[in-house]
Amino acid sequence: MLHELCFRLNDEIITLTDFGPTDTLLDFIRERKNLSGTKEGCNEGDCGACTIAMGELEDGELVYRPVNACIQLLGMAHGRHMITVDHLSKEGGALHPVQDAMARHHGSQCGFCTPGIVMSLYCLHEDRKDPPTRETVNTWLAGNLCRCTGYRPIIDAAMESCFGPIVPSNHPSGEMGAIDSSQSLFVGNDDAFFAAPATLKDALELYAKHPDSTPVAGATDVGLWVTKRLDELPKILHLGRIQGFSDIVVNTDGLTMGAGVTYEAALSHLADIDPDIAELILRIGSRQVRASGTIGGNIANGSPIGDTPPLLIVLEAAVELQSVDNKRSMPIEEFFIEYGKQDRNAGELLTSIQIPALQREEHLRCGKITKRFDQDISAVMAAFKFTLEGERIAAARIAYGGMAGTPKRANHAEQLLQGVSISDEVAWLPAITALSDDFAPMSDMRASASYRMTAAQNLLRKALLEIGGTSSSATRVTATRPDDLEAAE
Amino acid sequence: MTSTTATVHKAKKHDSGIKHVSGRARYIDDMPEPAGTLHVVPGLATIASGQIKSIDLDPVKQAPGVVAVLTRDHIRGANDTSPAGTGDDPVFAENVVTFHGQALFAVVATNRLAARKAARLAKVVYEADEAPLISVADARKVGSEVLETYQFLRGEPIEAIKAAPHRLKSEMKIGGQEHFYLEGQIAMAIPGEDGDMTVLSSTQHPTEVQHVVAHVLHVPQHAVTVETRRMGGGFGGKESQASQWAAISALAAQVTGKACKLRLDRDDDMIMTGKRHDFEVGFEAGFDENGRLIAVDTDLASRCGHSADLSLGVNDRAMFHSDNAYFYPDVRIKSHRLRTNTVSATAFRGFGGPQGVLFAERMMDEIAIETGLDPLDVRRANFYGQDSRNVTPFGMIIEDNIIDDLVTQLEKTSHYRDRRSEIEAFNKTSRFLKKGIALTPVKFGIAFTLNHLNQAGALVHVYTDGSVYLTHAGTEMGQGLYIKVAQVVAEEFGIDLDKVKIGATVTDKVPNTGPTAASSGSDLNGMAAKAAADQIKARMRVFVAERFQAQQDDVVFADNKVSVGESSMNFSDLAQEMHLDRISLSASGFYRTPKVSWNRDEVKGRPFFYFSYGAACSEVQIDTMTGEMKVAAVDILHDVGKSLNPAVDIGQIEGGFVQGMGWLTTEELVWDDQGRLRTHAPSTYKIPCASDVPEHFVTNLYESSGNREDTIYRSKAVGEPPLMHGISVFSAIYHAIASIKPGTKPQLDAPATPEAILSAIASLEPS
Repeated sequence: MLHELCFRLNDEIITLTDFGPTDTLLDFIRERKNLSGTKEGCNEGDCGACTIAMGELEDGELVYRPVNACIQLLGMAHGRHMITVDHLSKEGGALHPVQDAMARHHGSQCGFCTPGIVMSLYCLHEDRKDPPTRETVNTWLAGNLCRCTGYRPIIDAAMESCFGPIVPSNHPSGEMGAIDSSQSLFVGNDDAFFAAPATLKDALELYAKHPDSTPVAGATDVGLWVTKRLDELPKILHLGRIQGFSDIVVNTDGLTMGAGVTYEAALSHLADIDPDIAELILRIGSRQVRASGTIGGNIANGSPIGDTPPLLIVLEAAVELQSVDNKRSMPIEEFFIEYGKQDRNAGELLTSIQIPALQREEHLRCGKITKRFDQDISAVMAAFKFTLEGERIAAARIAYGGMAGTPKRANHAEQLLQGVSISDEVAWLPAITALSDDFAPMSDMRASASYRMTAAQNLLRKALLEIGGTSSSATRVTATRPDDLEAAE
Repeated sequence: MTSTTATVHKAKKHDSGIKHVSGRARYIDDMPEPAGTLHVVPGLATIASGQIKSIDLDPVKQAPGVVAVLTRDHIRGANDTSPAGTGDDPVFAENVVTFHGQALFAVVATNRLAARKAARLAKVVYEADEAPLISVADARKVGSEVLETYQFLRGEPIEAIKAAPHRLKSEMKIGGQEHFYLEGQIAMAIPGEDGDMTVLSSTQHPTEVQHVVAHVLHVPQHAVTVETRRMGGGFGGKESQASQWAAISALAAQVTGKACKLRLDRDDDMIMTGKRHDFEVGFEAGFDENGRLIAVDTDLASRCGHSADLSLGVNDRAMFHSDNAYFYPDVRIKSHRLRTNTVSATAFRGFGGPQGVLFAERMMDEIAIETGLDPLDVRRANFYGQDSRNVTPFGMIIEDNIIDDLVTQLEKTSHYRDRRSEIEAFNKTSRFLKKGIALTPVKFGIAFTLNHLNQAGALVHVYTDGSVYLTHAGTEMGQGLYIKVAQVVAEEFGIDLDKVKIGATVTDKVPNTGPTAASSGSDLNGMAAKAAADQIKARMRVFVAERFQAQQDDVVFADNKVSVGESSMNFSDLAQEMHLDRISLSASGFYRTPKVSWNRDEVKGRPFFYFSYGAACSEVQIDTMTGEMKVAAVDILHDVGKSLNPAVDIGQIEGGFVQGMGWLTTEELVWDDQGRLRTHAPSTYKIPCASDVPEHFVTNLYESSGNREDTIYRSKAVGEPPLMHGISVFSAIYHAIASIKPGTKPQLDAPATPEAILSAIASLEPS
């Protein structure tokens, strides 16, 4: 057991015992290290002004991802290498290519978002996995708001610099080995601590001892409890370093994901099920949020507007929960009891998610309605799975987010679709209408109740149309399915 | 005018560009804090309207880290931060709460988190009014006004509409807009000797901050120095809205004797500071079969919030721009300024103009549907003329009209006509998706309509090594003002741009300034800096002419040299020699905008020095099942006269367009019936992000011989006008919706969210 937090910040190895469990990484960088390049714009992970590069050792190499320092808890930095904008170039020295391109393309005006944008582009420059396209740049910039430029010069700068020659980066991969990240970390005492167990056993034992502690995976939600609600959370149980917690196992029956799998890590596996899922994941938060946030966290917090639960419900996923002396599993929809209440007992952690493979006769669609396409929270989130026997719908699974106090199935609509022809639009109508029996949504700042109902009904209609053969190029203003795109061209 | 220039009209980088990208540009929160700096956080009212029965601050005072809790009782001067000294914007509410989130007190603590936590511990007992006035409709119902109704009237519009062969009557709602400057409101006050106070403030108006701080602290204006090096965005949101936070931080410094910093949390910033006015517009128009207007009668009602703030100017400008580029023969423009229990609406890029222009463009779109004409033809039929049909509803003759030529150019380069036919064909066969296209013009008047603001000063020093120090009245909020004015000074002295140091804007260097607003920054400060440089140059001419026995008029400043005939000397040598000869190398320059005059009471005069013009063509696609919308392509042609800096100007145009597009599409402010703002963070308030901007986004500058008025190097103002190009997106959405049922006018309100679009589609069918 380690009792000292240790990570690398730019060139410096930081070792700490005197920090609060909910201290944020941004406050540490700005207030304790006086590194003022990284800015606070919103303090809730939405604007990206505080973006830094987070390096993690993977197969002996440091892999860097952009994260929002404002909602990263300081303790989560353990064993990682954090790079801030201050590190990319020395005063009067040569600029990093992304900095140089940003300046030459007039990519900054007021300059306050710029350090965050530079760090997102720096990570893209290091990444080299995504194709060198404008779509890639837009995806990597979705979490960086700029209010001045209109983005055009920033995108130009990115296209020019992010896919160009690799700059020798001297990432201290070797030196990182010196930081022991294999052991469980516990800093503090029984009344207040930051703990990052290295094994599930350690985590469950600690949670049994401190059932009042707060489990945290990526902190993309808990971070806001700290920065906005100003919650006192004296006992933080960070799940991000549990060995095996981020494993993904794929076999013919489907896939099993540890609860600590981030959206980013899950993306390619879930995309293999259906392209609509890739689209959905890419619209959750931003690159920064997806690098930290986990599928398990999205389920465990029980939000009625989480994007993955409706999808996982129609996929017939199951969740596994463990405590020190018990392990149980349930269909995911049973996990959500009512608003704010989940079937998770004291001392129990959600440990994994099993997703069955999609069968040949099963057809999936997702729909997400927001005011802005990227990085917005759903007004309505819909997922559909129809099992076809020829033209006939043998079974339908339909689930919505944003329509009730929990992610919820549309039982009436499902029943009324059974046996109906996928090509008979008139025959769908009773099921579409029946959604008003299944749901009584509310009005809030995202949408009115009546719009939610209309959109939900039309998303069902759209899914039926598309599965019935209408090209998504004729039903969507964005995210046409790859097959339909090919056919249209 | 010089035929060639070395520095102006060139695409120079932003002066802080390198510092921005390397994280070395310092904003106020990045400045080293004096030892013992304290942190200040306001406490917020939790009702929108009512009496404060009691307030118990003991739990706040007893919280860890708290040094002081400031209330009205600590204020030695006036409890007022209003821009005009009207007394309706208290530093801290006294007895009565007039909007949800109003500051009641402020906590001073050893660190910011302690102050934030303590600020939530106050025990306040209210007697809340049952029905706070939240919407325009609420306020109209009870006649709650913040300022008197005002109107422009020409001819007999009511009668003329009645007699017209074609008529329409319509209404629309136009939403407000949050500035969402990336750097939130912040000030740091540092106490000095003799009660002096230095305030670092993120403000567009250092002089007003100086006045408000002096007023609140009860000290002379000379005791307060306000400094602004740069803002992380302003957009009008730091014109009057920065004063309160500066005043509270200064009050805290006065009370504690320590440096005090106040930086609003983002949510508090969005709740506590003003936004763009939202409007409800009702209008009637009479027109002929060519869509040409005979008469217009419009009624603009705006939500001003709980106080006057800048609502007079904003609403006046909405009226001034309700014609946009169109001649209204008989016309009445009536403006109601409503008082509500919401945060006071304030300046926002365009200052009411965009709301007026949006009304005009909506009217054009509706006339097009009524007449079956192409909306561009309707627009063109109504453009102001050159020698006739050239008088605005407020009686100003338009002398610099280029709108027809500009629109003709864009119509051609954007292939508007072909694309419109293709879209009509697409819409006939596409069942679920519909496309729309629109080409909309902008004409925008340049000058403050409050005449005394049309002045600026500058201070220029030449040092003995030939380096130059420049500071002026204007503030830098990202718009590139500093580099533009530096270009002017470098050009005037004929020296390299990097010889000119741009100093922060400070009230003890250039006093009694106006705000950096109304797009006027480079017009005013460029001229003031030139006036300063001219004085030093005149002394240099005398010296050089004497030295080389030549005529003063023949002295040339270029290539870091001052020459006459075959003789020349280095600029730096000249500075050194003049200093040894005991000649001043420093000057302050001053400029007042000529020609402008406006008598508001008599509705008479020339409120604008000149007009800026532009046009945008946007194409969109909508999903008729969900209301989702995607912008497909944008082409812009914009007139900046002879650009001082084309790169900076194009940046302003593109950024303005995207901000305008956001205002009318994704950005929706929602207050609940208790007056609580529900969209007070970027998680719920959605400004455009990278993917909202189409790949085809082409911006060109209109080529001309320059501003017809004598402006700095014949350039034109650029800050605000391009925001209104976003209206082309709204208009294109309107077209897409209207294509579903030709001949029927959709009822589309702004912003055109998916919900608003679906609702407008539903409005096509009788319910």
